[in-house]
Amino acid sequence: MSELEAFRAEIRAWLDANCPPEMRAPVQDEDDICWGGRHVVFKNEAQKVWLERCVAKGYTVPDWPCAYGGAGMSPAQAKIWREELARIGARLPLSSFGIWMLGPALLKFGTEEQKVHYLTQIARGEIRWCQGYSEPGSGSDLVSLQTFGEDRGDHWVVNGQKIWTSYADKADWIFCLVRTDKANKYQGISFLLFDMTTPGVTTKPIKLISGASPFCETFFDNVVVPKSQIVGALNRGWDVAKYLLGHEREMISGAGGGDRLNAIGAVVQRHGGIDNPVLRAELALFDVDALAYAAMGEKFLDEVKVGKAHPAQPNMMKYVGTELNKRRHELLMAAGGSTALEWDSAETRGGAAPRNWLRTKANSIEGGTSEVMLNVIAKRILDLPGG
Amino acid sequence: MPLYHTEDQAMLAETVTGFIGDEGAIKTQLRRLRDAADPAGYDPALWRQFAELGLTGICIPEADGGLGLGHVEAGIVLREIGRNLTPSPFLSTAVIGATALGAASDDVKGRYLPGIIAGETVLALALDEGAKHRPERIALKAERAGNGFRLTGRKDFVVHGATADALIVAARTSGADSDADGITLFAVPRDAAGIGHNAVRLVDSAMASHVTFEGVEVDGGAVIGDVDGGRALLEKVLAAGRIGTAAELTGVGSGAFALTTDYLKTRKQFGKLIGEFQALQHRAAHLYSELEIADAAVIKAQQLLDAGSAKADVMVSVAKAKAGLAANLAVREGVQMHGGVGMTDEFDIGLYMKRDRALAEFLGDAAYHADRVATLSGY
Repeated sequence: MSELEAFRAEIRAWLDANCPPEMRAPVQDEDDICWGGRHVVFKNEAQKVWLERCVAKGYTVPDWPCAYGGAGMSPAQAKIWREELARIGARLPLSSFGIWMLGPALLKFGTEEQKVHYLTQIARGEIRWCQGYSEPGSGSDLVSLQTFGEDRGDHWVVNGQKIWTSYADKADWIFCLVRTDKANKYQGISFLLFDMTTPGVTTKPIKLISGASPFCETFFDNVVVPKSQIVGALNRGWDVAKYLLGHEREMISGAGGGDRLNAIGAVVQRHGGIDNPVLRAELALFDVDALAYAAMGEKFLDEVKVGKAHPAQPNMMKYVGTELNKRRHELLMAAGGSTALEWDSAETRGGAAPRNWLRTKANSIEGGTSEVMLNVIAKRILDLPGG
Repeated sequence: MPLYHTEDQAMLAETVTGFIGDEGAIKTQLRRLRDAADPAGYDPALWRQFAELGLTGICIPEADGGLGLGHVEAGIVLREIGRNLTPSPFLSTAVIGATALGAASDDVKGRYLPGIIAGETVLALALDEGAKHRPERIALKAERAGNGFRLTGRKDFVVHGATADALIVAARTSGADSDADGITLFAVPRDAAGIGHNAVRLVDSAMASHVTFEGVEVDGGAVIGDVDGGRALLEKVLAAGRIGTAAELTGVGSGAFALTTDYLKTRKQFGKLIGEFQALQHRAAHLYSELEIADAAVIKAQQLLDAGSAKADVMVSVAKAKAGLAANLAVREGVQMHGGVGMTDEFDIGLYMKRDRALAEFLGDAAYHADRVATLSGY
C-alpha cells in the first residue's frame, strides 16, 4: 500500500469512528453551518462533538502547519481529506472567514507572533471574523476607500463607515482596510485587525430582498487600534487585500466543493419530475456546465497547490461559479413552480427556495462583480491593452 | 491523480507541439491539400512522420509494438492537431481504430497493427447511418454466409472512408434495428467486393464517404470481438473517439482564441486598439473562461477513462458537449471580432470555424451529449 493509500485508510477509519451520523447530511439551513466564535450556539450535540473532535486533530484547517492548529497535511493529503468527507457526505466541522480569507493572508504576511496568536484561535473556532472592505462610496472601486486611521504614536484612531460587512453583528473581530495615508491611493491603505467590542464600533444589519440580513453597515467612531494589530507593512495593506480577495473569490466560486457544483437534473426528477422537454433540455445543458465546472474546480485547486495556476485565475473561477449558481437557482425556481413561490410556509421550510434564489443574486456582486472579474481576466490574464 | 499533466506527459506535449506546429501547419498542410483538391485530404508523408515519432502507435499496447499510452496522451496529440487544423487520420486510425482492434483476434491485429505502427495503414470508422449520430440504432445487416458474413446496408460520414485500408464497421447480426444487443464489429477491407464509395468533400476540406454495402462477403476472421456482443466494445470505441474529438476541439478553440486575441492587440479603430474596448474585453474574458472549463472537463474525462472509472461515461459526454460549445463560441466570436477580414479566405479564422463545425458533429453534437448526460443521470 502506498503512503497515500495508507493515509486514506487512516482518514476513512477516523471518520467512521468520529463523524456523527447527523453530520453526514447536506446542509439544509443556515443554522446547520457552524461558524464558531465567542457566542457560538450549537444546533445540537452532534455539531459540537464534530467540531471538538476535528479541532483536536487539526482537521478544521487540515493543510495548515501543526504549530498553528492545523494537521500539517500535504496538498495530496488535503485532497484525500476532502474526498473522504465528500464520500460520506460529511459537513465541514467549521465554516469561517478566518479559515478561508484571513488565515491565508496571515500565513503569507503575518508575523510569527500573529500567526501563533490568531491562527490557533481561528483553527479552534474561537473567534468569528468579519471583513471590512466595501464602503458606501467604494464598491467596485474599492481602492477609493475613505475610512481613516489617524496616527497617535502607539495606536491609530479609526473613523469611517464600512458596508456589506458579512455577519458583522455576529462577529468577534474584524479585518479591515483603513486609509493611513491620504496622499497615496494604492500605497496609503493598511490592513488592521480589531475587536468588534472596542468602544466606538457599531453595526446595523441591512435587510435584503431575500428577507435575511447577512450583511451590515458598520460604523467606526474614534476606534482605538494598537499598532501591533497591523498585518503586513504600513500603507501596504492593498497587497494583503488583493491576496485575500483571491481567496475570497475562490471561496465564493465554490471551487472548494459543496452543493454548488452538483448537477441538478436528477434532483429535480426525484422531486416532482420533469414533464417538459424544454425544461429537461435546459437542465441537461446546465448539468453539462455544472459537471464541467466541478472538474475545473478540482483542476484549479490541484494547480494552486503546486503553483501552476495563473495568479488571476480565482477571478475566472468566481465569475463562472457565481453565474452558474444564479442559473442553478433560476432553474430550481422554474422546476418548483408555484410551490417555489411560497414565502414562509412550513411545508417549504420557510420559503427556502425563493430566499435562496434571491440570495444568489448577490453572488455576482459581492467580492467583486462579474464585470470587475471580466476586467481583471482581460487585463491580467489575456493582457489586453488599455485601462 | 491531479488534473494536470505528469512530467512524462508534459515532455510528450513539448515534443508534439513542436512537431505538429512545424510539420502540420495550416499553410503547408490544410491549405496546400485543399487548394490541390487532394483526393485523400491528408498527407501520407506526414502520417509516416507521425509513425517515426511513435505517435501512430500511441494507443496500441507495448506487447503489440505500440507505446501503450492512454487517452491523456492521445489527447495531447489531438489538441495540437486541432490547434493547427492538421488534416490527419490520427483520430480514426490511432485512436478509434486501435481501440477497436484491441479486442480483435491476433490474426486481425496482425493484418493492421504493424501497418498502423509503421504509418502505412489508415482505418476509418463506419458507424453512422443518416445525417445525425445515432449509434443506438444500427440497421446495416451482417448475415452468416459460409464461414463468414454477408454485409448489406449503408454507412454515412465515414471520414477517410474512400482512402482507408479498412473500415471498422458496426453491423447488426441479430435483433431489431434499435436493440442494444445483436451488434458485431467487423474490420472490412476498403475495396472488398460489393462496397461502393461516394466520397464527398466536407466543409472543413476533409474527405468522407457515403458507403454502400451490397452483399459484401467477409470471412469469420474479420469479426472484432464477440458476435452479437459488440455493444460494449462499440461503447468503448465511442468513448475513445468522443474524448479524442473533444481534445481536438479544445485545440481548435485555443487556436481560434489565440488568433483572435492577437487581432485585438493589433487592429486599430477610432484611434485605439480594439482590444481596449470593454465590450470586446468582456467577451474575450468570458470566452477564455469557457475554454478553460472545457479543458478541465476533457482532462478529467481522459483520466477517468484511463483509470477505468465507472464515472467516465457521463464525464465523456460532459467533455464532448462542453468542448463543442466552447470551441463553437471561440470560432463565432473569432470571426465576429475579426470583422470583415474574418469573412475572407485569406485569414485563417474561418478555417477554424469550418473544422469546429465538422468536429462538433462527429460522434454526437452538444445536444446529443447533453441528452445523454440527462439519460445517464436518470432523467
